[in-house]
Amino acid sequence: MTTECVTVGKSVTRIDAAEKVTGSVQYVDDLPFGPSLLYGKLLHSPHAHALIKHLDATKALALPGVKAVVSGKDTPKPIGLYLKDRTIFPIDRVRYVGEVVAGVVATSEEIAEKALELIEVDYELLPAVFDPYLAAQPDAPLLHPDLGKYEVVNFVFPEPGTNVSEHFKLRKGDVDAAWPKCTAIIEDTFSLPQIQHVPIEPHIAVARWDKDNQVTLWAASQSPFAQRDLIAQSLDIPHGDLRVIAPYVGGGFGGKAGISIEANVVVMARAVKGTPVKVRMTREEEFLSTNVRQSLVGKYKIGVDGEGNLTAMQVEYYFGGGSSNEYGTNIARAAGYSCTGPYDCPNVKGDSRCVYTNTQIGSAMRGFGMPEIHWGLEQIMDRLADQIGMDRVEFRKRNCVRTGDTIVTGMKMPAIDLIKCIDLAAKGIGWGKKEAPTGPNKLRGKGIAIMWKAPAMPPNPGSSAIIRFNEDATANVFVGGQELGQGTFTVMAQIAAETLGIPYESIRMTVNPIDTRYSPYEWQTVASRLTWSMGNAVKAAAEDARFKILDTVAKYWKEDIKDLDIKNGVVVSYKSEREQPLKKMVVYGLPNENYEGWQGGPIVGSGKFMPTYVTNLDPDTGQGTRAVVHYTVGAQAVDLEVDTETGIVEVLKIVSAYDVGKAINPDLVLTQIEGGAVHGMSSAFEGYIYDEKGKMLNHSLVDYKIATSMDAPRKIQGEIVESAVEDGPYGARGVGEHVMVQTAPAMANAIADALGIRFNHLPLSAEKIYLAMLEKGIV
Amino acid sequence: MLHEITFKVNDETVTLAVKSHHTLLKALREQLGLTGAKIGCENGECGACTVLMDGEPVNACLVLAVEAEGHSIETIENLNKSGELHPLQKAFVKNNAIQCGFCTPGMLMMAKGYLAKNPNPTEDEVREALVGNLCRCTGYIRIIESVLEAAKEVA
Repeated sequence: MTTECVTVGKSVTRIDAAEKVTGSVQYVDDLPFGPSLLYGKLLHSPHAHALIKHLDATKALALPGVKAVVSGKDTPKPIGLYLKDRTIFPIDRVRYVGEVVAGVVATSEEIAEKALELIEVDYELLPAVFDPYLAAQPDAPLLHPDLGKYEVVNFVFPEPGTNVSEHFKLRKGDVDAAWPKCTAIIEDTFSLPQIQHVPIEPHIAVARWDKDNQVTLWAASQSPFAQRDLIAQSLDIPHGDLRVIAPYVGGGFGGKAGISIEANVVVMARAVKGTPVKVRMTREEEFLSTNVRQSLVGKYKIGVDGEGNLTAMQVEYYFGGGSSNEYGTNIARAAGYSCTGPYDCPNVKGDSRCVYTNTQIGSAMRGFGMPEIHWGLEQIMDRLADQIGMDRVEFRKRNCVRTGDTIVTGMKMPAIDLIKCIDLAAKGIGWGKKEAPTGPNKLRGKGIAIMWKAPAMPPNPGSSAIIRFNEDATANVFVGGQELGQGTFTVMAQIAAETLGIPYESIRMTVNPIDTRYSPYEWQTVASRLTWSMGNAVKAAAEDARFKILDTVAKYWKEDIKDLDIKNGVVVSYKSEREQPLKKMVVYGLPNENYEGWQGGPIVGSGKFMPTYVTNLDPDTGQGTRAVVHYTVGAQAVDLEVDTETGIVEVLKIVSAYDVGKAINPDLVLTQIEGGAVHGMSSAFEGYIYDEKGKMLNHSLVDYKIATSMDAPRKIQGEIVESAVEDGPYGARGVGEHVMVQTAPAMANAIADALGIRFNHLPLSAEKIYLAMLEKGIV
Repeated sequence: MLHEITFKVNDETVTLAVKSHHTLLKALREQLGLTGAKIGCENGECGACTVLMDGEPVNACLVLAVEAEGHSIETIENLNKSGELHPLQKAFVKNNAIQCGFCTPGMLMMAKGYLAKNPNPTEDEVREALVGNLCRCTGYIRIIESVLEAAKEVA
């Protein structure tokens, strides 16, 4: 019996390619809702921190065409994923410039916009705080006096009476006793501003609340099931009466995970029962009023002994969580249990805090805390290597985590090969070779950085799948995870085909849209978890269907099921060498001898997966048996040059090597590696700019630039390492987020190589770099 | 105020009543049901709504519907009208130059319009031609490669 895979491990064509290149694929905004469709617009707070004393919508409601105005009085019950610290519309307080205060429903967008100007709100201004470190100090203005009364999951630890919504503590060994043993110690502070996901498709939701209280929400969503759960709880809708329909998403990156405007739109639809209401965020609103990546102030003290062994690490992370930390608490937690980065160190003291600030809500974004903490970590590792005179690559290989290590939380490291990733990245970039600049007035350098990241989730997020056969032996595969561009539907089809023993071409992914009424449950499309978790569910469903088929044929042939297999859509017996095509029998079954009765029937397989082995951690030490399911690790090397006349950085080449366990579709892994490298590069130049009152200033794609076709490096070399994980389908684990985690510090390390200058604070703007060169006397 | 305009869309003549301030993008999407051109910024900053106007790529969000009077518009829906994928579409599929797909229609129309003017571009020229079409997923390299590959087919 051969175990070689037929479909898994092959770079088959994307299952969604044809509909995407022809423009026929429908996103939420492309769905028809008929002429009765109403339009919603949102009123945003002009103040960073204020009490809402009075809200009067009388004049707005008097405007012809205005159907309803809703606000905090309509949404008394809290909402939130990990910490229920907000209501759908704010009741008595706004906490950032841009926060949604009220919603208008009207017959046209123009009328709704006019009505916004007619809503009168009396505010009483309060002092605001924007910097997460300052916000965590005892004298900071308090954003949530009710913290402590909010419902919270049992693995998040808010500190009532402060702005700290989560404080994760990691204690291992004894750092104080270890400092004297260190030959070199670096102590420094690093920071990152808020950045935006900038999906090309803005946030959009359409809702209809029928007169019989059946509710439908169409949303550009990474999380249709989580949104159903959160909205159902907050608005007292039975889960079975709330239907979330989510077609393909035009880019997510975490920004469409959890909840943002969707609940607001449902409340607006409730006010005009029977008629659908559509809200599409403008690009300006995307920047001002949707979720962002949290800011971070990171304070590090790291020491090594004379042989280059990491000896002690003390880190303090202050995440700027924004006005609500309902999702963001878990980012600080993830940064806490992974606080060392991919390193083995005997003495660790880590404190990771999520802190309320008067800024946009900090929520999930590709990397979920890891790009933030690696920014400082990976620069300090370079500096420590330099101080003790060790090569930067050798230093990392000496200290990085290996399979079987007892890592910082006390769990055993599942199979990884980070050393191989480092070697591939170093080799690909030509480590140790100094390259000549491509022209005059340019300085060139190389840098490397490594990373780790575990799926950051509750301990028990579930996946499920259903497989249903058709007469011609094609199979419909139903899942509830979302296609954001990462290629998950293609990967699921490959896993299903491989496990069933039928051709890839026979699979029909029945997934567009994901519909909570018909699709099997999936927690959320986040945490790079689908290939692994949903893949396990699809594999289980395929095994279930396969067993039912083989059981039928075994009875028909009167053979032992153990001797049977399915190959290319045909059941074969290794014992009798008989063959039975799947066609027809997967629906009609097979007759007994002389047609005295029948076996089998329509084949439907179902499967589920939920990790059952993750444990909570000790609240005082962060120690426990198994903090996470597993880690994905990787290395990135960058070759770049700096224009000494302008300070502009041009990235020439990026080499990325990641251990994905098993590449179900190698070319799709490479597309993640390439796209992620450019996303990571772009992130190093991005950042929210605020005025002193907390208003974001660069709220357009002209002022907030993302990488264009001219900025993309000439060459991105992807390398795939495969150390199979025990708990993944065919050994696979996720890689979608990891590919951008350490790009910014790899670039900073390359800039240091080129200029001899270190930058502790993102973004790496040309102005900042030019002024630093000026100060150093390079220009 | 409503204006009656007559123009060609994907080789067919259409007459529409449009409001003065409505864009070509709104007319295409809401009145003609051609939703391939996407709304990404409504400010000419992202390129997701790129269509061809007399063969020239334009941001349909920056063209008023009334300005289309007498002109010929081509959208993504026309690119494989023959039933077979256009060489650009084939190259995008072959090279996995698509992820979420939201920028893809605009990217393809920009590339088509550009290749009509410059059938043998260099890599640098393609990069420059696509600079107004933002993509957050792919990192552009496969898109650039696909356009260069398709250029050989089209030329």
